[in-house]
Amino acid sequence: MAAFLIFCKLDHKGHSQRNRAVAMDTMTIAGISFIVFLSAYLKRIIYVDVAIVYAIISFVGIVAIARYLERGL
Amino acid sequence: MELLGSIIALIGSLFIFLGAVGILRMPDVYNRMQAGTKATTLGSILTLTGIAIGHMFCGCGLKVFALIMFIVFTNPISSHALARAAHFAGIKLTDKTVKDCLAQDEAEIEGDC
Repeated sequence: MAAFLIFCKLDHKGHSQRNRAVAMDTMTIAGISFIVFLSAYLKRIIYVDVAIVYAIISFVGIVAIARYLERGL
Repeated sequence: MELLGSIIALIGSLFIFLGAVGILRMPDVYNRMQAGTKATTLGSILTLTGIAIGHMFCGCGLKVFALIMFIVFTNPISSHALARAAHFAGIKLTDKTVKDCLAQDEAEIEGDC
């Protein structure tokens, strides 16, 4: 848990758009693990579904951001 | 069984933390992507496996397995798209870089890549 908190603190150091995109990619993957930790801690199985949907949305968002940075909309 | 799952999840958290340190310390976009993608993929696999082992009574093993497979399939794709976007947008490499094979291929320079 402490590792995730330190990670969220460290991850806001982005200087350009690409650094921010890379940091956001890593941060969403860490967020998925955090949500599954939370579901195990609170004993709610439904939160695992939340993590799956979060993974799908983050993948689509990252690919859209990458296409936008490559050639524009 | 609870203890084994906790230990595996702790090792996974350690890998995610090392990925965060790599993002903070690396000098370049590409190096940051390298550090942030591989370490985070392994760390999330270990973390989810540890939770699925430690809380086996909840019956969520299949969902966690589907989540692991989704992460394994999509994380390299997204990092590759980001690296391609950064390269074709003209982001410079660091000064310590030895070889850039994609730029050599585009300029059609013969070399050993």
